[in-house]
Amino acid sequence: MSETQTLWWASESFWKKMAVWITAGSAVVLIFLTFDTVNQITAGGKRVPPYSVINNRIDYVFDEKRNYQVPVIGPEEPLFGKVLNEAEAMALVSRGKLTTQAKNCMNCHTLLGNGAYYAPDLTKSWLDPMWGSKETREETMVAFLMDPTDKLHNTIGRRMPNLGITEEEARATVAFLKWMSAIDTNGFPGNFPTIDQSDPAPAPESVSAPTETPAL
Amino acid sequence: MAALGTLDSANLNGGQKLAVKFFTVAIALFGAQVLFGMLAGIQYLNPDFLFGVLDFSVNRMLHINAMVVWLLFGFIGAVYWLLEDESGTPVAGLGLGNLMFWVFTLAVVVVVLVYLLVQVGPGELKSIWLINEGREYIEAPRWADIGIVVCVLIFFYNVAATFMKGRFTGIGGVLVLDLVALAGLYLAGMWYTPNISMDQHWWWWVIHLWVEATWEVLVGCLLAYGLVKTMGVRRRIVETWLYIEVALLFGSGILGLGHHYFWIGTPEYWLAIGGFFSALEPIPLVAMVVHAVFDAGHHKLKSSNNPALAWMIAQAFGNFFGAGVWGFMHTLPQINLYTHGTQWTASHGHLAFFGAYATIVIAFVYLAVQKWRGNVWMSGDMAGGWKWKWAIFLLHAGMIGMTMALLVTGYEQSQVERAIGGSSWIAYFEAQAHVWFVQGMNWRMVSGWMFATGFVLLAWDLMTIGKRETRPARSVEVPAAAMA
Repeated sequence: MSETQTLWWASESFWKKMAVWITAGSAVVLIFLTFDTVNQITAGGKRVPPYSVINNRIDYVFDEKRNYQVPVIGPEEPLFGKVLNEAEAMALVSRGKLTTQAKNCMNCHTLLGNGAYYAPDLTKSWLDPMWGSKETREETMVAFLMDPTDKLHNTIGRRMPNLGITEEEARATVAFLKWMSAIDTNGFPGNFPTIDQSDPAPAPESVSAPTETPAL
Repeated sequence: MAALGTLDSANLNGGQKLAVKFFTVAIALFGAQVLFGMLAGIQYLNPDFLFGVLDFSVNRMLHINAMVVWLLFGFIGAVYWLLEDESGTPVAGLGLGNLMFWVFTLAVVVVVLVYLLVQVGPGELKSIWLINEGREYIEAPRWADIGIVVCVLIFFYNVAATFMKGRFTGIGGVLVLDLVALAGLYLAGMWYTPNISMDQHWWWWVIHLWVEATWEVLVGCLLAYGLVKTMGVRRRIVETWLYIEVALLFGSGILGLGHHYFWIGTPEYWLAIGGFFSALEPIPLVAMVVHAVFDAGHHKLKSSNNPALAWMIAQAFGNFFGAGVWGFMHTLPQINLYTHGTQWTASHGHLAFFGAYATIVIAFVYLAVQKWRGNVWMSGDMAGGWKWKWAIFLLHAGMIGMTMALLVTGYEQSQVERAIGGSSWIAYFEAQAHVWFVQGMNWRMVSGWMFATGFVLLAWDLMTIGKRETRPARSVEVPAAAMA
């Protein structure tokens, strides 16, 4: 029995060439886009803040034009009351990131939505209303990280184990979380309710003695 | 030569002797995956279970790492299995390949022991080098990464040198080029940066471009060989299909990478590129279903190895539904904003990894035990043939049950936690406490037990199928002229 002649679009040689060209073409486009993406997501680039952003208030506010929430860098509000330069901030955030890796956070939590689904997403956890007030937030977070097991979590009995996080690691982790909350994530997570970070309204007596009030 | 029906390595060629070692470890690790998955599943229902001893994070890490490694062992085994047959010459550097097997296996044992006994380390680089990298799927510490690269290079040398020494078939050519990409991509995940956006950007080069591109092509090669072997499908047909699959898989999968770049800080243009190309990703999987089902029908389901054929057909459908349909359901950014990082992903992940990858490895293990016992009869009317049928049924019923249950919890979570609650701590736990979530997790557990039962039956069947069988395998060889 003789082979019938194969149509060109069903032939082996046509699809072999297609496989090579399509793969090569896609790879070239990907590499081209990768250069631009890496440029934009370098710390201090268009999408990812410099590490020293932890010296400022960070908020997550609805943007009319983009139609979702975007990070907004506010006035100076240094973490643990200490202003850091870029190198110091990077070292602190890096220590925090290493802590999240060494403690395997990602196999319960999600970070930027990636990880496991046994515990809340940490992308904007710095801004979570669960931390109470912005005045006590930093210390509450540190205390929680260092000894979470007996603290309030939820009504279903799921708890975070004690991972032996030192105070230094806990502070660094908080720095990492604060920095991460300033990444432009295209509105993920959507509709996130943020902790109240507004400055308290000035009390009436504080404005009564203008001569003693230092200029802002 | 030993009598039909007895396990005898004299029945195997050099590459196949090595392959069955890889398969043995693969099936053992499959068991470990099931075990740690069950423990993690129980913890969803009873959070105090093993709390502080084997926490969820440890069980979950072992669950997904055992999966990655058993599938890799299965793929490597499958390639050694077909290598001499396909190239027409003994494996080049087989001794090195054997050494690599033992080194790789020993490394896996050490990594698992450290995961179990040390679990976490201080927040320093040395923890990442020695204990755990803390990055999903590629948690293996850096020393093991380097070991994996060395092992994969040896494996690559075996494969490339063998094909170069013998004949370079279409399957061989695709396989060699695919392995270059597979090994090269692993390097993208092997460095530390404090910048989590950068970290996840490159991390996806490994995870996505493995799982949704190079692994799929590897499976395409294995499926092509399997169809030729079990049914005598003509080589020109499977190789033409293989090229179509490569064109469509890489054409959609490479830029489909963009669907992981929606929310990690990467630029907005990925919403459009990732959405568009990942929406095309099911197309090659449809092609694979058409191809496998058409060939099976054309050959009137007459195969030399019924269990292997059944698992290959299961692969075609499992890949299409698990990776294709379940992936497509939440790949568009407008939906993914609410489903990303919920149990939707778990639902998709379970069906996709099982459907696309576990199935094909199991098919190859069935091919292996058949030949290992002297190429015995494995078509209809086998003694104890109920075992493989019940195993495939229970594993599928369990997997579909888990997938559906997780999908229900995923819907609920997207709605209650994401859309309404906005993903805060309170919203997260509101969704976790919701009755639909809890019910879903209970059904997942029931299905998990079903799956585990199926696994035990599968392992038992693999050890016993063909034992004392006296009939030789059904011949499906096609005339040499048609092989051209």
